[in-house]
Amino acid sequence: MLCQNCKKNEATTHIKTIVNGEATEAHLCSDCAKSLGYDGVFSDFGFNFSDMLSSFFSEPVIAGLGGRSLRCDKCGSTFNDIVRSGKIGCGDCYSTFYDKLLPSLERLHGRTSHEGKIPNCIVEVPDKTEKEKLQDELDEAVKSQDYEKAAELRDKIKEMESEGK
Amino acid sequence: MSKWYIGEGDHNDIVISTRIRIARNLADYPFPVRLDNKSKIEVNEKIRDALDGKENLTYTELKTLTRSQIVSLAERHLISPEFASNSDARALLMSENEDISIMLCEEDHIRIQVMKSGLALKEAYELADKIDTEINQSLKYAFDEKLGYLTQCPTNLGTGMRASVMLHLPALTAKGQIGSLASTVSKLGLTIRGAYGEGMSAMGDLYQLSNQVSLGISEKSAIDNLKTITLQLAAQERAAREEASKSIETEDAVFRAYGILKSARILSTKEFMSLISKVRLGAVLGMIKTDLKTINELMVSMQPATINAFVGKTLSLEERDVERAKIVRERL
Repeated sequence: MLCQNCKKNEATTHIKTIVNGEATEAHLCSDCAKSLGYDGVFSDFGFNFSDMLSSFFSEPVIAGLGGRSLRCDKCGSTFNDIVRSGKIGCGDCYSTFYDKLLPSLERLHGRTSHEGKIPNCIVEVPDKTEKEKLQDELDEAVKSQDYEKAAELRDKIKEMESEGK
Repeated sequence: MSKWYIGEGDHNDIVISTRIRIARNLADYPFPVRLDNKSKIEVNEKIRDALDGKENLTYTELKTLTRSQIVSLAERHLISPEFASNSDARALLMSENEDISIMLCEEDHIRIQVMKSGLALKEAYELADKIDTEINQSLKYAFDEKLGYLTQCPTNLGTGMRASVMLHLPALTAKGQIGSLASTVSKLGLTIRGAYGEGMSAMGDLYQLSNQVSLGISEKSAIDNLKTITLQLAAQERAAREEASKSIETEDAVFRAYGILKSARILSTKEFMSLISKVRLGAVLGMIKTDLKTINELMVSMQPATINAFVGKTLSLEERDVERAKIVRERL
């Protein structure tokens, strides 16, 4: 198939656009696709994140983000920096600008909750609550057949539960 | 030593190679975009030390290599074109048989890449995963419970993993089906693009199929998904080849291509890639006796900078096309 635009080269880029439910197809050669602005379609990640962020936040919003805007404590990036470069400054930026980034992350991945591998040493066991500590002591007391102490601990736990702790 | 393009492995009539890439960043440093060269070198050396004595990797600072050597690494898909574009404060850890290459301070602090011949997603992932775990034993990663591994570009959040297969699809390309395939796979969370050359002008009918989404999908699910679609595409390509093999036109095209490659005195990259693709098809269909290893090796080693690196000097365009024709005649 020849390119619809120049009608000289072989069409290698095929673009389907749907406008108001009506699909139109374009078949272009790589040169014409590039000059018509379709060259990024199949680049590494399919598109430029900066462009997407910029399109998400209208120009006045971006302009308004300057000046006194929030800065990441760790790397000094502002949200404006991120939108302009399409690059996040550091890990902390994700928490600093979480709410602002979330809509685009949703659009990018469809989901926003990680599944899969987690780092070796990052899982920190949270400190046990007072109640859990008492429960451990109770188990220990029952094991060693110290029923007097067990009864005392059981009452304490019940008391905590009734207080809604 | 087996290199990734050696032409062995499962489904090697269609799947040239498998690649797993994992992006990671150290928790204690900003991402490369916010690092000066001094800190980048510090990061590179920390990672080098974390892997010291493991996997037998060689550490190379990019600035110690010539331009041709660097571009040749990119042509062999061992580093990204982006990584090759700037050698300041960038380093590479690589195994001798080139199946492991780790880019340091590319877009992320760490880009682990494992390549295998043929369709070998599980095997490649297991090796990449092992290296990842080894680094993590002494260095803390930037990680968030909700967003997973944190990366400089949000497209890689989550697992930070990009799995891809390089496919040779001459019959589907000839039938003009790649465009519709691209829109189908994109609905399944995958993306397909030309493996060589810009955009979809896929030189040599070689395509890279990879997962698009990395957040909210585990490594295993992403790999299983990619494998399923790859096998379906391979089945479609085989059916199209079977159909094409019956026509004298296909046989004619294969032998014409073979004839030109064996006798030409000047070969441009583009012409060479187009002809070798037909020869590869002919070899798989049993029309030509050339083995896939020779063909795959040629496809990779006849790229412009790789020829320069091979002859050890920078050739002019004309000299290079002459050199390419000479090497191809000798090897076929």
